[in-house]
Amino acid sequence: METFYNVMRRQGVTRRSFLKFCSLTATSLGLSSAFVPKIAHALETKPRVPVIWLHGLECTCCTESFIRSAHPLAKDAILSMISLDYDDTIMAAAGHQAEAILEEIQQKYKGNYIVAVEGNPPLNEDGMFCFPGGEPFVEKLKRISKDAKALIAWGSCASWGCVQAAKPNPTRATPVHQVILDKPVIKVPGCPPIPEVMAAVITYMVTFDRIPELDRQGRPKMFYGQRIHDKCYRRPHFDAGQFVEHWDDEGARKGYCLYKVGCKGPTTYNACSTVRWNEGVSWPVQSGHGCLGCSEDGFWDKGSFYDRVTGIPQFGIEANADAIGLTAAGGVGAAIAAHAAVSALKSTALKKQDLKPVETTQAEDK
Amino acid sequence: MKTYGFDGDAPQLSGQRKVTSVYVYEAPLRLWHWITVLSIIVLSVTGYFIGKPLPSVPGEATFNYVMGYIRFAHFTAGYILAVGLLGRLYWAFVGNHHAREIILVPVWDKQWWKEFFFEIRWYLFLERYPKKYIGHNPVGQIAMASFLWITLFMCVTGFALYGEGTGAGSWAHSAFGWVIGAFGSSLDVHNWHRLAMWGIVLFVMVHVYAAIREDIMSKQSMISTMVSGFRMFKD
Ligand code: HEM
Ligand code: HEM
Ligand code: SF4
Ligand code: SF4
Repeated sequence: METFYNVMRRQGVTRRSFLKFCSLTATSLGLSSAFVPKIAHALETKPRVPVIWLHGLECTCCTESFIRSAHPLAKDAILSMISLDYDDTIMAAAGHQAEAILEEIQQKYKGNYIVAVEGNPPLNEDGMFCFPGGEPFVEKLKRISKDAKALIAWGSCASWGCVQAAKPNPTRATPVHQVILDKPVIKVPGCPPIPEVMAAVITYMVTFDRIPELDRQGRPKMFYGQRIHDKCYRRPHFDAGQFVEHWDDEGARKGYCLYKVGCKGPTTYNACSTVRWNEGVSWPVQSGHGCLGCSEDGFWDKGSFYDRVTGIPQFGIEANADAIGLTAAGGVGAAIAAHAAVSALKSTALKKQDLKPVETTQAEDK
Repeated sequence: MKTYGFDGDAPQLSGQRKVTSVYVYEAPLRLWHWITVLSIIVLSVTGYFIGKPLPSVPGEATFNYVMGYIRFAHFTAGYILAVGLLGRLYWAFVGNHHAREIILVPVWDKQWWKEFFFEIRWYLFLERYPKKYIGHNPVGQIAMASFLWITLFMCVTGFALYGEGTGAGSWAHSAFGWVIGAFGSSLDVHNWHRLAMWGIVLFVMVHVYAAIREDIMSKQSMISTMVSGFRMFKD
């Protein structure tokens, strides 16, 4: 039996670096230092969990993101040593050799490997819109997932569908959890997801050999439990009522809240405001642009990125709640005015017959 | 006496020229009405400004809390509205039969439909004399029942949004968090919550107009009925 530790040592990682990796993993998962020895122990004793990384209809931004993880050892440790056995985009092997590795893992680790899916399968035309290695991607996904322990849906493509599933979705690009129904699917949405989040999720799964705690939508709670808005450093300006009204105005220079220029932070579950991007250098709101809501279901189809009150897609046309509401209120208001005018005319006509009351009685309600 | 209500059979004492008064709306129901009026006004105004905030305030963020207060008022009024709604539903069980009128609309009753169309004709000026009702007339009943459903919708979506702020583990998140997933995303819930507000605004416009108009034209008291509980028939 081969453990993670064996593999790492074989690859020339020192024990010191190994322990560093363990403490970094604990930190990024939000665990206390008491967990460091547990992680180390797990890596020393548990059999290695291989990861197969599949690419469907996608743009590779998830892989690009992942290999830039600031997790110092993540790129080396996870990517090349621990577990990434098959990734047709970045592996050394190619062609038949690569496919042979895939076959081998599936047989050798039956029921014990993890399938990480980047992108999604298009279902129209029997899946012909995505055809890697002479096989529709949907077939490949089903074939490989059959013996997997669990699936990770990388990015908004695999989790929700993303741009290729945007209306009218000509290829019928379909998120992974709607195609693979009999395995747990862990969604790690984002376009792309934050590299440290990806690294932490995969490390968690291979070290603890279990699925992280998920929310109702199937996302790991530790990174998707809160909205951007809940931890945004511009939040005090939101609560104070200080907003960027136009690009490049005084408020923008002062770093006010981007709510009025369409920031989707209040409706977006992701860790950008805490983990940030590019090794923690910055993140969209810090650079002065609102969040687009890239980790939310259907974010391409939710109206303008620059409006706070956006269109309601069910109405076909770009109509938002206020446009519909004000139009209806105007119509009803006009109708009331007209009705009142007619009523007034009628009642003057009837007034003549009106008689004054003469007697008051109290009747019981029957 | 029917246990569900509509009252086309109110004393049609035309010709006798008297003022008859009937006790219709009991105190808890009237209290509920006016509390709901207040909270709906607060909720609509603050809600509007939650989505389209007021112009920015100058000064340091530390010394300002405009959005904070607006949202606080919204959530407080939201709680009051929701508790009121529960109280109103409870009152439907224990109150008099007029308390059930807007909960149980007797759409299975032929007579009810007849009177419904009568009322429609009256509002379209096709009937010369109005009918008298002790409780609501059938058109009013439908409008009131729809209002209750929209209010329920507002409470469900409202507390789902509220649960997003209070976070996992809070009662609102546990009880209504599923709503976010059912709509697809939080943004959709926001937009529908906002659209339904306009539905309520329409109801209020028509309702207040109809109440004032009936008060003047229909020979029975309306507004004072919702204050004192007594319906006066002026003939
Ligand atoms: C008839 C009653 C209500 C009306 C008319 C109303 C109206 C609104 C409106 C217009 C918005 C702004 C939506 C947007 O543009 O994003 C809003 C947001 C909200 N409402 Fe209500 N609402 C009502 C009831 C409730 C209730 C019962 C609750 C529960 C506490 C509630 C909680 C919220 C929350 C949490 C938000 C989001 C606040 C934020 O994003 O900062 N609402 N409401
Ligand atoms: C936010 C505004 C308002 C809302 C949401 C509202 C809602 C309601 C509801 C739900 C009822 C039915 C009560 C029941 O049977 O349980 C009702 C009845 C009534 N409301 Fe309002 N109301 C509003 C404002 C007003 C105002 C401003 C007036 C006075 C001008 C008014 C006058 C009445 C009257 C007179 C009735 C009794 C109707 C009847 O006797 O058939 N309402 N209202
Ligand atoms: S910038 Fe966006 S995420 Fe930050 S406080 Fe404002 S609305 Fe919320
Ligand atoms: S800030 Fe918003 S749009 Fe930008 S990466 Fe994060 S979740 Fe996506």
